[in-house]
Amino acid sequence: MQRETVLNTLVFLALPAVAAIALVLDEPFTITLATRAAILALAAVGLNLALGLGGLVSLGHAVFFGLGGYAMGILASHAQSYAPLDLGLFVIEGTKSMPVIWLTAVVVSALAALLIGLLALRTAGVYFIMITLAFGQMFYYFTISWPAYGGEDGLSIYVRNSFPGLNTLDPIQFFGLVFAVLAIVLFIMGRIERSAFGLALGTARQNAARVETVGLSPFHLRLVAFVISGAVTGLAGALFADLNRFVSPTMFSWQMSGEFIVFIVLGGIGRLFGPVVGACLFVLLEHLLSGVSEFWLIYLGAILLFVVLFARGGVIGALVGRGGHHG
Amino acid sequence: MTTLLLIEQVLNGLQSGIMLFLMAAGLTLIFGVMGLINLAHGSLYMIGAFAAAAVAGATGSFVLALCASLITAAAAGAIIEVGVIRRLYDRDHLDQVLATFALILILSEGTRWAFGSFPLYLDVPAALAGPVTLPGGIRYPAYRLLIIGVGLIIAAGLFLLIARTRIGIQIRAGESDREMIAALGVDISKLYTLIFALGAALAGLAGALVGAIQSVQVGMGEPVLILAFVVIVIGGIGSIKGALVGALLVGLTDTLGGVLLPLALSGVMDASAATSVGSALASMSIYILMAVVLIFRPTGLYGTA
Repeated sequence: MQRETVLNTLVFLALPAVAAIALVLDEPFTITLATRAAILALAAVGLNLALGLGGLVSLGHAVFFGLGGYAMGILASHAQSYAPLDLGLFVIEGTKSMPVIWLTAVVVSALAALLIGLLALRTAGVYFIMITLAFGQMFYYFTISWPAYGGEDGLSIYVRNSFPGLNTLDPIQFFGLVFAVLAIVLFIMGRIERSAFGLALGTARQNAARVETVGLSPFHLRLVAFVISGAVTGLAGALFADLNRFVSPTMFSWQMSGEFIVFIVLGGIGRLFGPVVGACLFVLLEHLLSGVSEFWLIYLGAILLFVVLFARGGVIGALVGRGGHHG
Repeated sequence: MTTLLLIEQVLNGLQSGIMLFLMAAGLTLIFGVMGLINLAHGSLYMIGAFAAAAVAGATGSFVLALCASLITAAAAGAIIEVGVIRRLYDRDHLDQVLATFALILILSEGTRWAFGSFPLYLDVPAALAGPVTLPGGIRYPAYRLLIIGVGLIIAAGLFLLIARTRIGIQIRAGESDREMIAALGVDISKLYTLIFALGAALAGLAGALVGAIQSVQVGMGEPVLILAFVVIVIGGIGSIKGALVGALLVGLTDTLGGVLLPLALSGVMDASAATSVGSALASMSIYILMAVVLIFRPTGLYGTA
């Protein structure tokens, strides 16, 4: 086996191992931390398809994260108040069922990614970064000024939504569910990377002209990647909202988008497990450093600056040497 | 809606547009010449505002406060350029985004550590605190008029600097071919530091001028930074003229949208719904403007390539 495969397996098993040890030691907070890491990892795995493989530096992926969160918040709040959501043409009943909420989150964020992608992908480079950032800000201000679902204060859900056959309020069962979703998405992403589509997308990043020569459209490849990417991040948003039982406009904030990119680069860009390693490291640092100092973000900034300037392969790159399959 | 109120709002829009121009001009220069996307530009805006608030608190002089904002922001800009930014010119945009994101974390938290989380207040000088009466009987705050005037003077100065001076020639040459001007004996790294410090000084001044109207606090720079990005996307990256036109468009759309949209909607729906829908739509208006410009001109109004 290659060193990277060994490392990936270790990292992948570390999360459930931490959760299991925490269960034995009866420390539910640690299980919640592991769940948080797994959800943030899922969001960054989504972004990684666009950013790592497609080379699309989106600084607006918090849009999809937030939409997923609000899909959960709005559906669950209507179920909570027994007041159906009247959209004029048709009426939607609220729901507390996770599968329905997940589907809604995925569809809504995929549609948003399609619209934003159609506009933003007309441009490239710095324009693309600035436009995705601007659209993120648009959603952020919209949710702040839209009073129906809590506006700036956000929206609380009293009981975690349900999944058939599980007690989601039990931290370890909810962790198991989240981890299973992460595992399935990672498996699918691995397949996508090796598929004809994934190869074409990677080539479009390196040399768009070559892709065009064989009759493929880089624009369409990137758009499909952006939509899948947005949908996965949206799913993570619905899970994140369920973890906290709370959604607020901060899920749309540009810092959130920035952090997703940070996860990918901390872990190692262009590697399937990079975002997972990065997100776990981030949650760990956040937990440890915030105990040391109220101003822990200074340390995070310094670490990040160091990684960007001097250790470009991220953690995986440092451990297995350079030469990831792309990057 | 009276004409007087409308004119007042147009002036407000001009004022916010002119301040956005000070931010966007630096960003677009830095991108045009060095090819660098600088997320930390908003932190320089914040540094200028904090320097002004600190000096005004210590001396009570608003003029000294403005000088302090210019000098501190320019110095901070030069230090950041030499320490970090210089290493990023040859990197891709992703590295630039990340490194400047890291700078934001360091500068914001550093400022919070030094000044605390509570907002500081920078008072408008007493002589400018009242309103003045304009021709036509419009009463408008003197300080805001001064901001518009200062901004216009700086814009004119910047155009002259770029069109008429030796530095301006070097900047324009740097935009089109940086290897050539290095070959002609211009010290390119000194030029880069100078441009970065100039952009930082403009951002710092904008922070101090706006800080006197709003409060001075950590995180004040980023919303303005993102608006300045919208300005640049609309105007076209690298174009100072585009930055001016884009900034005025964004400033006017943002201000007038917030007033006119709820008013226009109150004709078709009840008052409270019109206010909430109108303000929600107004918060989206500048991004819709940006989307429309992009559909017709993907490189912005004055962009090339």
